[in-house]
Amino acid sequence: MARSTLLRFAAPAIVALAAIALWQFLTDLYDVPSYLVPSPAVVLGALIADRELLLRSLAVTLGIALTALLVATVLGALTALVFVQSRWIEMSLFPYAVMLQVTPIVAIAPLIIIWVRNTWSALVLCAVVVAIFPIISNTTLGLRSADPGLVNLFRLCRASRWQTLARLRIPGALPYFFGGLRIASGLALIGAVVAEFVAGTGGSGAGLAYQILLAGFQLNIPRLFAALVLITAAGVALFALTLAVSRVALGRWHESELRSAD
Amino acid sequence: MKAVPVVAIRGATKRFPNGTQALAPVDLDVHDGEFVSLLGPSGCGKTTLLNLIAGLAAPSSGSIEWWGGPFAATGGPGRKLGFVFQSPTLMPWARVAANVRLPLDLAHADRAAAERSVAHALALVGLSEFARNFPRELSGGMQMRVSIARALVNAPDLLLLDEPFGALDEFTRERLDDELLRLWAQQRLTVVFVTHSIAEAVFLSTRVAVMAARPGRVLDAVAIDEPFPRDGAFRVSTKFASYAQRLSRLVAEAGNEATAAG
Repeated sequence: MARSTLLRFAAPAIVALAAIALWQFLTDLYDVPSYLVPSPAVVLGALIADRELLLRSLAVTLGIALTALLVATVLGALTALVFVQSRWIEMSLFPYAVMLQVTPIVAIAPLIIIWVRNTWSALVLCAVVVAIFPIISNTTLGLRSADPGLVNLFRLCRASRWQTLARLRIPGALPYFFGGLRIASGLALIGAVVAEFVAGTGGSGAGLAYQILLAGFQLNIPRLFAALVLITAAGVALFALTLAVSRVALGRWHESELRSAD
Repeated sequence: MKAVPVVAIRGATKRFPNGTQALAPVDLDVHDGEFVSLLGPSGCGKTTLLNLIAGLAAPSSGSIEWWGGPFAATGGPGRKLGFVFQSPTLMPWARVAANVRLPLDLAHADRAAAERSVAHALALVGLSEFARNFPRELSGGMQMRVSIARALVNAPDLLLLDEPFGALDEFTRERLDDELLRLWAQQRLTVVFVTHSIAEAVFLSTRVAVMAARPGRVLDAVAIDEPFPRDGAFRVSTKFASYAQRLSRLVAEAGNEATAAG
């Protein structure tokens, strides 16, 4: 246990430290100007100097991503529940879920931003569109994958449709659902950032994407890097959050969680 | 006057949608307190016949009556089915006690009474101290015993078992066979037991229905007129051997006919 935990946290940390050290070393060695590639020390300096501005933007972007993830989770799970009620419903609607997935968000974001008056809601909507598909498809698959033997047992016990759903299909679908949630957490952040880029919202509602855009225009490359670091950190944190939720929900019984806990 | 059979099968056939004749007309009665085995090679329609008896599928022609009536009447008091599948078919997310309680929960049984029935059923299969465990923490044989406890929990009037011990090792299988016989005698069960093992059929049954393949049919029903309780001594007796030989000849003759006809 101690050894595998060490490996899981220490190994990537060593890689990160080595990469940062190499980065610092090379920028010093060749005396690379900060407006091309800032050294890690300079990025850290920008992170500290601009912390108020950047943290406020981080809060905006994270707020959009988290709200979108929440909405996508609820809507996606409900859609999956509707889909499994009948093949007809699924056949008629699933292609549109796929269309939603394959249409690049950059292409539809401008429309959404024009149509939805409130910019914040428009940004959330964009992120939902990106994040919802893995939840729908994974949960649908999970709800359909109930053990046929158990389905027969429920029939023998004259279980109602509702009992079968609540006691068999939904618990059985949880591992699939959490798999979808894991993918969706990253997508929600990507959706939020892309939508912010398109909207270009400044002022008090400015997210990290706007800071990157602005820093690029002003050739303030250290701040651009600092914003980038924060976006990545936010993505990793979101992923870790979904992992933790899935561990709490499945930890006692599901193989995927048990193996990693060994 | 003869009592109404628990199950009366009259000329029941089963043809699958793809045209396969799974079952040629079958006539078979199962009487109260009997232990009837359906014995035959794979593909002889044993499981299909058991599913008809369980009411999980309807015959293509012919009829089946339960206690002299249609399947809907089996829902009444004292008309309950228990079913044990080829695999344990437990819910991995539920503890052993909750798995065993499932048929009672689905029937909206009183909670306190249900807990008593669960404790009783677990005691019958010798798993009382594992009530709080998850299925994956138990061995294959123990999981199968949980499955049997679940089938016994609502005191079924007809217990159906579909090759329940086929996947277990010889030692575990013999021990569970002994246990099943003890339960049958003690609980005055009526049992239909599907198996492809001649030795298992002879050891357990009061009557063995020998089946053959292509098309699936019942060749003959052989009564095993041996007193209970049966133990290890019966397994190695000459009577056991002569019954086994007789059954094995029936199965072999049917196989030869099929080869000659084919």
